[in-house]
Amino acid sequence: MDNLEKKYAPSGDVVVREIEGELVIVPLVSGIGDIEDELLTLNETGKDVWTRLDGSKTLNTIIQELSGEYDAPAGEIQKDVLGLVTELVKRKMLVEKK
Amino acid sequence: MKNSYLKKMSVDRFGIWKNKKPVLSHLDLELTERCNNDCIHCYINLPADDSQAKKRELSGERIKGILAQAADLGCLSVRFTGGEPLLKEEFEDIYVFSRKQGLRVNLFTNATLLSPSLVRLFTKIPPLEKIEVTLYGMSRPAYESVTRNPGSFDAAQKGIQLLLDNKIPVEVKSVYLPQNRKEVKRFEKWAASVTGAEREPAVTLLLDLRCRRDSETMNERIRKLRISPEEALEFLTRNGKAYREENREFLSRFAKIPGDILFPCQPGVDSGCVDAYGRYQLCMQLRHPDTVYDLNDRSLQEAVLDFSPKVRSMKAVNPEYLTRCARCFLYGFCEQCPAESWMEHGTLDTPVEYFCRITHLQAKWLGLLRDSEMTWEVEDWKERVERFTQNEE
Repeated sequence: MDNLEKKYAPSGDVVVREIEGELVIVPLVSGIGDIEDELLTLNETGKDVWTRLDGSKTLNTIIQELSGEYDAPAGEIQKDVLGLVTELVKRKMLVEKK
Repeated sequence: MKNSYLKKMSVDRFGIWKNKKPVLSHLDLELTERCNNDCIHCYINLPADDSQAKKRELSGERIKGILAQAADLGCLSVRFTGGEPLLKEEFEDIYVFSRKQGLRVNLFTNATLLSPSLVRLFTKIPPLEKIEVTLYGMSRPAYESVTRNPGSFDAAQKGIQLLLDNKIPVEVKSVYLPQNRKEVKRFEKWAASVTGAEREPAVTLLLDLRCRRDSETMNERIRKLRISPEEALEFLTRNGKAYREENREFLSRFAKIPGDILFPCQPGVDSGCVDAYGRYQLCMQLRHPDTVYDLNDRSLQEAVLDFSPKVRSMKAVNPEYLTRCARCFLYGFCEQCPAESWMEHGTLDTPVEYFCRITHLQAKWLGLLRDSEMTWEVEDWKERVERFTQNEE
């Protein structure tokens, strides 16, 4: 199956907050990497990707948009976006929108 | 584009934010002053069935409003305390709301009211910070002679066991009182084995008087329960080498003359406290009328951004304070602060003799003072502190 045609959105199992420019991901339910000594944040590029993962755009669309914005090869961006999405899905912070 | 989009923010004892901090990082919320225990030493407790106090308490909806304001200000953690916060009927609703705001929750509780359903909630929606339980003794007689609540020992043990069985992170603490002091070593050993704590459990040694200054009878009782300065020194220095090391590190950072600044401490900078009735305070103990701000028709933002800096800019005026505390290089080491002055004397700048005596005994033990010296008379304090902090013995 072509992963790039999938759409993703934040899961209801996390609360994402913007604090002092940082996007902080706070687990809501157990099993989300709720190690009490850590919180996860997204860097600037991660934020750009995250804000597009609202369930309305395919990964392909997101990659094309970012490729134009960052003036970087689509292949490189694709690798990074898929890497981020895979990590977030594994941590149950992101879910596929069917 | 970089490979790593996700980074971990480390949460340690000293807070989450290291450099750039939000307006409000942390909020303490007293859900009630009422408690189902009636501890002999408590600085705040009211009876659980005090209907007048209950009527005056903030409603669940008002509390949620304050929590939402806190989250808007960037707050990432809230501590629920009291009294006994689990007495609040709306506790579960308030808790879930906090977590859905993206707040980490720290809970101070006596654990006697922890029900299986509440623990199931904590399992499903974890607080993300440890639940801190104060245990008043390791045996029923000791425990219940402190709490004066028959059945509370078994209820607390049951509550703690529920948390442990469900792998909910717990920190246990105690208070050093005549009724339980023979059990302190046993408590420390048990605390380490049960919770796997990496450091020694906290044992409150120095009791505060009533923070509302509401009962001289209770204050008299607390004074009688207070450990003597000499006993306090003996307890503090029982692990001599560790005590010395810990204070080397502390004094290298905090030994300084405060002058007439009343608030060289951190409360109110990016943290604050709201009492059970909707009043903002810089810290949980400080309730002097000039230092509290009524949130019932004003915002938390105004409290933190306007009111708090005004309080923090207050200066000491008491000549005795200006002679002693204002010139003391161990002010940061001493328990003296505006809150303690308030609880002891009803002012913000009166030296508290009890803490002064304890600090002087410690200073002499650490070799920072000679026998007849007072800290505010020492002129070469910087050299003494430097010699102390650099000495590897």
